[in-house]
Amino acid sequence: MPKDSGIGASSKRREDVRFLTGAGNYTDDINIRGQAHVYFLRSDVAHGKINGIDSSTAEAMPGVVRIFTGKDFEGIGGLPCGWQVTDRHGEVMQEPPHPVLAQGKVRHVGDPIAAVVADTAEQARDAAEAIEVDLEELPAVINMKEALKEGATKVHDDLTSNLCYDWGFVEENKGAVEEAIQNAAHVTTLELVNNRLVANPMEPRVAVGDFERGTGNSTLYTTSQNPHVIRLLMGAFVLGIPEHKLRVVAPDVGGGFGTKIFHYAEEAFCTFAAKAINRPVKWTSSRSEAFISDAHGRDHVTKIELALDADNNFTAIRTETHANMGAYLSTFAPSVPTWLHGVLMAGNYKTPNIYVNVKAVFTNTVPVDAYRGAGRPEATYQLERVIDKAARELGVDPIALRRQNFITEFPYDTPVAVTYDTGDYGATMDKLEEMADIAGFAERRKQSEAKGKLRGLGINCYIEACGIAPSNLVGQLGARAGLYESATVRVNATGGLVVMTGSHSHGQGHETAFPQVIADMIGIDESMVEIVHGDTANTPMGMGTYGSRSLAVGGSAMVRAAEKVINKAKKIAAHLMEASDADIELKDGAFSVAGTDKSVAWGDVCLAAYVPHNYPLEDIEPGLEETAFYDPSNFTYPSGAYACEVEVDPDTGKVTIERMMAADDFGNVVNPMIVSGQVHGGLAQGIGQALLENCVYDENGQLLSASYMDYAMPRAADLPNFEVDHSCATPCTHNPLGVKGCGEAGAIGSPPSVVNAVIDALNSGGKDVPHIDMPMSPARVWAAMNGAAATGHGTAEGRSLGGASS
Amino acid sequence: MYNFEFEQPTTVADAVKALSEEDAQALGGGQTLLPTMKQRLAMPSKLVSLTAIDEIKGVKKDGDQLVIGGGTTHGTVAREAAASYPGLAGLASKIGDPAVRNRGTMGGSLANNDPSACYPAALLASGGTVVTDRREIAADDYFQGMFTTALEEGEIITAVKLPIPEKSNYQKFEQPASRFPLVGVFVAKYAGGVRVAVTGASNEGVFRWTEAEEALSGDFSASALEGLSASAEGMISDIHGSSEYRAHLIGVMTKRAVTAAA
Ligand SMILES: Cc1cc2nc3c(=O)[nH]c(=O)nc-3n(C[C@H](O)[C@H](O)[C@H](O)COP(=O)(O)OP(=O)(O)OC[C@H]3O[C@@H](n4cnc5c(N)ncnc54)[C@H](O)[C@@H]3O)c2cc1C
Repeated sequence: MPKDSGIGASSKRREDVRFLTGAGNYTDDINIRGQAHVYFLRSDVAHGKINGIDSSTAEAMPGVVRIFTGKDFEGIGGLPCGWQVTDRHGEVMQEPPHPVLAQGKVRHVGDPIAAVVADTAEQARDAAEAIEVDLEELPAVINMKEALKEGATKVHDDLTSNLCYDWGFVEENKGAVEEAIQNAAHVTTLELVNNRLVANPMEPRVAVGDFERGTGNSTLYTTSQNPHVIRLLMGAFVLGIPEHKLRVVAPDVGGGFGTKIFHYAEEAFCTFAAKAINRPVKWTSSRSEAFISDAHGRDHVTKIELALDADNNFTAIRTETHANMGAYLSTFAPSVPTWLHGVLMAGNYKTPNIYVNVKAVFTNTVPVDAYRGAGRPEATYQLERVIDKAARELGVDPIALRRQNFITEFPYDTPVAVTYDTGDYGATMDKLEEMADIAGFAERRKQSEAKGKLRGLGINCYIEACGIAPSNLVGQLGARAGLYESATVRVNATGGLVVMTGSHSHGQGHETAFPQVIADMIGIDESMVEIVHGDTANTPMGMGTYGSRSLAVGGSAMVRAAEKVINKAKKIAAHLMEASDADIELKDGAFSVAGTDKSVAWGDVCLAAYVPHNYPLEDIEPGLEETAFYDPSNFTYPSGAYACEVEVDPDTGKVTIERMMAADDFGNVVNPMIVSGQVHGGLAQGIGQALLENCVYDENGQLLSASYMDYAMPRAADLPNFEVDHSCATPCTHNPLGVKGCGEAGAIGSPPSVVNAVIDALNSGGKDVPHIDMPMSPARVWAAMNGAAATGHGTAEGRSLGGASS
Repeated sequence: MYNFEFEQPTTVADAVKALSEEDAQALGGGQTLLPTMKQRLAMPSKLVSLTAIDEIKGVKKDGDQLVIGGGTTHGTVAREAAASYPGLAGLASKIGDPAVRNRGTMGGSLANNDPSACYPAALLASGGTVVTDRREIAADDYFQGMFTTALEEGEIITAVKLPIPEKSNYQKFEQPASRFPLVGVFVAKYAGGVRVAVTGASNEGVFRWTEAEEALSGDFSASALEGLSASAEGMISDIHGSSEYRAHLIGVMTKRAVTAAA
């Protein structure tokens, strides 16, 4: 029987009522009396030297309050990078400065040169057009391989080259991997591109800076996934504002997908300018601006080799990746191709020898950072593609080949430094085979062929690491932040609770799911619990939401705080009932004394805590409010098996997804409906990456896919009805809820199954096509089938980032 | 958007007068012009809205031709031409989304002559006539390359006359992002012969595929096109498809249009 409340119930998302009825409070809804508006004049060239800026005409234009340039920020810090990677040779990465406004040079289309603050946004834009910038265009480097050549144009003059780092992992494995590859019975090699993406949350970024002259306090309202992180980075590293004088608020946020984790120049600018002009300053990104100023995602070019013995056991994996950093290091950029990517390279398989090499490269493009899955989709994609290719080369069943190599015993230490606590890959594969009706596929293929279509079936597994932790380990790995989470549980006198969490909801449904946990712990109605998040003024220092960490880490902190509350409440109850605390039980919203019929209601205990007339004041303080910080001892490892069935129109190359199945192991599930929704969204984005989305620069660094006219977003009609299941649950062994995280799985698990399915379809039609890079647009599929050119100049093929497709 | 003045005349004569001012521009459904203005790529000093002029709206059958007012929305064409000219109605029903179809007009689409617009293919394949406030222009003379037409400054398309074919069909292969045609082919069969117009594909905008017209005029079937291929020369090559791919799609879409029409 499905539950109708508490853990395991599909409680309806309470926040949706306000989102769907126009009652949300998004950052752009915030308008402060007297606010001015800023327009950023951005570079229209990828690389250029600023010889001068003449803003005299613009300054005299109507409504203009002040025009800022790089000069105004000379004494001020740049945007910091939150992760320092140490390379193969023990050297730390090259870390260029990242100014708020360009200092002498622009390094990508969209780099802000000047900021015009005016009474209205239109006036600011009018004036920006009157600014004369003497910009000397320089040659740009876009192609990663070109960027690493001797004598290449440097993105940053002060660095020795465009190489940010050359990372080897695990360096000690290198020799053994080489040997295993030499001794292998079979080696499958695959070169591929993980296409660059633009996150495109529905709500573009917004920042409103405010300065209170009376108190000297600054406030920033911003579209962020982690307001405390922004407060720390911006306060301590950029503007020098102590945290007690700075408040950061991220109210309702309309989607983030990673791109709203990072600290951006516009946030620092609005906070700085508000004080400088003594007026609130607001910036609202246009969609066009988002394309050239939001951090992009993915953009890896990889060569992977899989070695097998004569019995088809995996013996070694070696990968070599070029990862695009863009022109500057965005907040967590260096960690994505390394610690979020290399450590996942074992996948679900017991491959004994693994070596991962990553060269991170600066180019004259928008910075690249985490996007839904961040590093893990890139790892999963190459691994699951090369396994599929190996199965095809060896003529073995791709499911059997995977099963044969599954890790089956837990905990399992991978050769890439992590320990999987638990999992059951056979179980999710069994489930998938049942859902996907693999046995019926041959018949479905026949039906497609009768319509003149090719049909393919693709499957893959995935493993991911969520709730990145523990802090002391990530510190050794280069993180410049802790990765715990916090929660304060405040019980009110009449028994209702407010949970102030350091996690942040930007669509995930925390306001619904978190109360389900508390309601279960106490035995009260979910409606008695309210979740507060997103404001540094009323939540404890927390690290925010990304990497599928909210419930696993933030939820655990909440559980720990609630346990403290309950323990204290038991003491109060014991006093009221004149019993020993050890005998007190809490169930269905009432405390009782074991073995007696004595009982006192939750609400009465809460009231006693705040009206402590009959209260053990000598032993415990009044009040009922506790805070906990939770630092996990390990990652969590969700896993699963996905299947996709496609039809390919051989005349046009158009791919349609006919069926998409996901069998996930998320450990315990608090709200199955929300979890399914998270998987649906992830699948849509994964299918978007596989078939549609592509961020394309031309050789001069102009963004060709700079609007929805050219950047193809997935739409409902592109997607089938998803079949998702999360009944295979191996609860996480190291957090109190046994939960693993589900936010990114869909985006991690789906691209390889889509590509595997298309390759299967083409091969069934007699086309010996080993690989097609994503997105598998009709043009690319047709070209692959016919050995022709897919697209024109300035395309992803044209830029051929690291040489994978050259 | 820059500031502009706005006028909404109710007769063609008043609209022509208003448009005689320098930098005045006609506003149809605004589905192309307004986004362009928002991006500050166009800065008319005055917009002359045509939406209140009843005399340029509506779909009428006049003998063996259909007369469609220049201010008629795509949505109206989709509904009201369905019985008389289903090939055209089918085309209109697939332009953009409902909001675009309820605002965008045939006159606006033809005046703009986007190389990827749908209506130009219908007009050219129908051998129709563009009627303006001052003259009539045959389809074959009207299109003069991408975004270029025979229209003069301030000239208003008041109507379009389309001879109704015996059979017709439009096949649109969508560009994945914009969902405009990557290649669109309109095939129309008349007693006197077949006309085939191709949009989306060429750097010169809409054009007639005369080899296919000849083949189909003798035998209106997909098999008549066997062995025929459009040349990739002059075809658009961009991030969504090479010129070879577009040329290939012309063949595929023409066959499909013939099959659907026959
Ligand atoms: C999301 C979206 C999807 C679209 N998809 C498609 C598609 O798939 N296929 C397609 O063909 N189109 C598509 N369009 C374009 C759409 O059809 C436009 O409506 C059309 O191109 C322009 O018509 P309009 O009436 O909106 O003209 P406007 O935008 O008002 O004007 C366009 C130009 O025509 C001029 N003009 C307008 N009316 C007249 C007239 N009567 N006489 C002379 N000049 C005039 C204007 O001065 C201007 O220069 C799409 C548009 C959008 C926004």
